Amino acid sequence: MVGTKPAKWLPFFLIGSTLLFFYLPILIMIVFSFNGSRSLTNWAGFSTQWYTQLFNSRDMMAAVMTTVSIALISTLVSTFVGTITAIGLSKSNKVIKETVLMISNLPILNPEIVTAIGLMLLFSAFAIRRGFATMLLAHIAFSIPYVILTILPKLRTLDPNIAEAAMDLGATPWQALVKVIVPQITPGIVAGALIAFTMSFDDFVISYFVTGNGVKNISILVYTMSKRINPTINALSTILVVIITIALVLVNVLPMLRKKERIAIE
Amino acid sequence: MKAFRSLVKPYLFWMAVFIVIPMLLIVLYAFTQQGNDVMTFTFTIDNFVKFFDPIFLKVLGKSLQIAFVTTLVSIILGYPVAYFVANTKEKTQTLLILLITIPMWINMLVRTYSWISILSDNGFLNAILKAMGLSPVSLMYTDFAVSLGMVYNFMPFMILSIYTVLAKMDKALIAASYDLGANRLQTFLRIVLPLSVPGIIAGITLVFLPAVSTFVIPKFLGGGNYMLIGNLIENQFITVGEWNFGSAISLIMAMVIMGSMLLTRRLDRNVEESDKGVNNGNGGVMYGRH
Repeated sequence: MVGTKPAKWLPFFLIGSTLLFFYLPILIMIVFSFNGSRSLTNWAGFSTQWYTQLFNSRDMMAAVMTTVSIALISTLVSTFVGTITAIGLSKSNKVIKETVLMISNLPILNPEIVTAIGLMLLFSAFAIRRGFATMLLAHIAFSIPYVILTILPKLRTLDPNIAEAAMDLGATPWQALVKVIVPQITPGIVAGALIAFTMSFDDFVISYFVTGNGVKNISILVYTMSKRINPTINALSTILVVIITIALVLVNVLPMLRKKERIAIE
Repeated sequence: MKAFRSLVKPYLFWMAVFIVIPMLLIVLYAFTQQGNDVMTFTFTIDNFVKFFDPIFLKVLGKSLQIAFVTTLVSIILGYPVAYFVANTKEKTQTLLILLITIPMWINMLVRTYSWISILSDNGFLNAILKAMGLSPVSLMYTDFAVSLGMVYNFMPFMILSIYTVLAKMDKALIAASYDLGANRLQTFLRIVLPLSVPGIIAGITLVFLPAVSTFVIPKFLGGGNYMLIGNLIENQFITVGEWNFGSAISLIMAMVIMGSMLLTRRLDRNVEESDKGVNNGNGGVMYGRH
């Protein structure tokens, strides 16, 4: 609600054409996942053959498994480490806090390819064979800074006296942490975990440089297939689009419905 | 509260291994000769000297040029969109922002690849031109296709960071401006635009940075021979195996990017103060993926 009210058709037209621009490639991708031929430009009738091929393709299923398992494990680890680090930072003095954040934010401020080659050089310097483990470590490494940045603002709004009171009443620091602090910042932890998951799920650049031994996630598979790409990628992407859209709609609509319910009850 | 401070310790060790050492390794590789044993380094600045060859400088120039065009187009197209979205009802805003966000959650390589179906010679766009009786155009493997791919991928960041600032803006200032006799244009130019500069600056960072360093978009839409600085680095590490030269190029790129960012920040003297507000919003952190 800022400023002026220009002619009515202009905002409608601008927002509409921008959304068309954003969605056109996605719509075309979905349409051609049902194409009867291999072509990504000529329509040859409806078919679900690419979906059948997708589930029969060993490479594809392996890439999906790699992507999902790395995303799940790295989310779990980076959320845990990010949460305890953020709590620790919120109690540390300013100098330590700012220094840690400055270093921790480097991978966010650096171009991804720089972070990627840094990690590649690291693994090679320590003679670690590149593959699933190195990809997992790299994903944990680039996710933690985002988790910390998401949780820290939530901690800033906490009343420090509550945890103190819990310990005065006989709680151990661990109990105060688990039973008092963590429940208060749960929304931040969930948001951090979601970011970590999607960052890992969609990552290409860093995975591409730190992988080896034939281990591929979905992005790397798309990249290496790009010359002789086939519509199974479209089929896979269509399934992902449907899942992501449902998830996002649920996340955004459910709270709204719940709010309405609450209002109705009141 | 001292008990909780030690919770930082594991991450200190982690950061040293996974952030500090990799950075030092890039610098070490950039300043040493290729082909040495692990423990015997020969320091050299040859890797940097090598870059100052017209071929490589041209690649850097082209990367900067395309990233600049992408950023400029993102501001020109993205600002009005952010502005109009911020002007709709609150519920419509939530819906529109969700609609702008959804594509960003879909694999970037797949979305970029889809543009080939649209731009190629017998693609969607030419089919439409043909149906309208117009002559076909050849768009694939051009600067236009690469810039378009970048605008497509990175403009949402610009829209979201400008929107974040506009949505938070104090409406009383605008009302005051009208009360004092300013018209729409004056109010926009003197109140809304200056106050939204931090959003534009944050957007520039989020668009320019990935646009300079990406190597996927030029490879898909520019073709195998299209060379931007990201492709040059990728080639050194993946194809050619010259890690030392690759590290030097990365360092040069990081420096150039840092320089451009400092320059951007100088555009507005007030940014320093109002900047914090933007970084706390979701513009900087939540959507900072590329």
